[in-house]
Amino acid sequence: MELFDFYDQDRWPHVFCPGCGNGTVMNCFFRAFNEIGWKLDNTVFVSGIGCSSRIPLYINSDAIHTTHGRAIAVATGLKLSRPELDVVVFTGDGDLGAIGGNHFINGCRRNVDLDVICINNNIYGMTGGQASITTPHDFMSSTTPFGNKEYPFDLAEIAVAAGANYVARWTTKHVHELTKSMKASLAKKGFNFVEVVSQCPTNFGRRNKMADATALLDWFKKSSVRRDKARAAAIDHVDLNLAGQITTGEFVCRDRECYHERKGGKPHGDGH
Amino acid sequence: MGIKPGEYFLQGNEACTEASIVAGLKFFAGYPITPSTEIAEGLASKLPQTDGEFIQMEDEIACVSAIVGASWGGAKSMTATSGPGFSLMQETIGYAAMTETPIVIVNVMRGGPSTGQPTRASQGDVMATKYGSHGDYQVIAFAPASVQEMFDLTVKAFNYSEKYRVPTFVLSDAEIGHMRGLLTVPKDIKIVDRKEKGVRRADEAYDVPDDLVPPFPTFGMGHKATVTGITHTPKARIEPEDQKVHQELVTRLNNKITANRRDINKWEVVGPDSKTMIVSYGSASFGGREVAARDDRVGLLRLKSIWPLPVEPIREAAEKCEQLLVCEMNLGQLFLEIKRVALEAGCKRVELLAKIGGAPPTPGEIRHKLREMGVI
Repeated sequence: MELFDFYDQDRWPHVFCPGCGNGTVMNCFFRAFNEIGWKLDNTVFVSGIGCSSRIPLYINSDAIHTTHGRAIAVATGLKLSRPELDVVVFTGDGDLGAIGGNHFINGCRRNVDLDVICINNNIYGMTGGQASITTPHDFMSSTTPFGNKEYPFDLAEIAVAAGANYVARWTTKHVHELTKSMKASLAKKGFNFVEVVSQCPTNFGRRNKMADATALLDWFKKSSVRRDKARAAAIDHVDLNLAGQITTGEFVCRDRECYHERKGGKPHGDGH
Repeated sequence: MGIKPGEYFLQGNEACTEASIVAGLKFFAGYPITPSTEIAEGLASKLPQTDGEFIQMEDEIACVSAIVGASWGGAKSMTATSGPGFSLMQETIGYAAMTETPIVIVNVMRGGPSTGQPTRASQGDVMATKYGSHGDYQVIAFAPASVQEMFDLTVKAFNYSEKYRVPTFVLSDAEIGHMRGLLTVPKDIKIVDRKEKGVRRADEAYDVPDDLVPPFPTFGMGHKATVTGITHTPKARIEPEDQKVHQELVTRLNNKITANRRDINKWEVVGPDSKTMIVSYGSASFGGREVAARDDRVGLLRLKSIWPLPVEPIREAAEKCEQLLVCEMNLGQLFLEIKRVALEAGCKRVELLAKIGGAPPTPGEIRHKLREMGVI
């Protein structure tokens, strides 16, 4: 498949701002999807609300753009009703970690076969730059005009703790590693989570002295520390404080049985 | 598959469970809540045995979201809840209306607001069913008044939800849900399936034109369907700022239900020529049924569906009788709608018997009210 066949060109132009990281993520995803040989006719893309959640609308396949935060819940119902379809969720930090936080942790725990890609740009971009659950401490946003008083969530660490089968985090600067992780995630059964720390120059960088996309990418490069499969070591760095460092890598890759592939087994307390 | 024809002695919630399987239910997502829990418990065991899928989700928002997802996979889908859970579902009910997703929601109503009376019956969610989500939209809602109707109207809820691609409700309550009674399962039960894009059949779903209810583009069939809650054109192109697109879409979503009111609405009349007509529905109608059966001066119009508002039978009753008495287990929710229609039809007097607290109005309470009105 060629890159342009992947997109529904009738829907262009897209809504993303100049310098947005969504294009990088989409192209990395296309590469992973193509290399692994998945078919658009057999794949459904699911999303919630926000900039990253617009991505499914541009892909030339079945897509459902749901309500804010509910993508994983909708994807769960869809996958269980049609297990033969491949279901991919595109979401963002606000959609996944704030309004959809409960579905996220329970999705990881439940381990239905879904691939969740979260574009974490540390801000509510579509509504104009309000602080999100991943905005670093002390950073500026339209709702934290004196600096963010709160501390950010570490979404990947939550996914690891909640039981996802595969968890990785990269930034939009790590296109090769990101593509590789997306491929690994697609190839794997169960609930797989890839977080991409991405740049929002318009609404995050602009208020934090990094108005230019390249300034944010340089900052990602400078701050990233790779810690593969080193969950214990990463515990010191669960605070995704971009002023400090961004822990990247493949944090977990395990094979818990999928929800819908349970092969009977003996129920606990059987024969009471 | 499902329950065999014959006579049974069942609980209302169990009758709903059996009916849903007969109607073709393939996916149920539930969350425990009194007094609807028996529906989830029943389906947790029955659905996997009938090729369906049951899941317990983390909250009611997730339940209604999951059934929307399953419906787009092509499965007939349902959830069951009560007041507090129903409040949580409202955003996605609006989404289902906007995206024309067939789903069935059983609301076994209990006393509210808030936690209220978890084990007691109420009809407090009647307006929330129609107006709970934001924006202009229409739904279909049935109001069973017996174990038998819990079965019959659950099947109808699926049929109409599929036919009109609309969220459809079974508005039961703790009284009906937990009541045990006789259920006769007939031999031939009419089942309606949605009209799928690219599949032409000669059945009831095709009674409605494609420009009013478009064929359903099931996922995974190569349709490249795009589903979105944003204002969209018939070809699913998003146009959130186009006034004409929005007007055409939302008008059609409303018209497809209101214009087919005569097909959807169900009711029953006892003593149609009585001078006084009681208008009621669900368990609030128990008392009225007794009074009407024993007094020629009093009749009963019992609504088996309440949304879209059954204007025709209300108007007909209002034209013929001298006064209407509306009996409801809330402080007068459908009353104002009924009163509006009745006054327009020339009826001079419309009164309300409102009873909350958990028990349906008794025949004695209704006679007392009728005596106060000076009509018996």
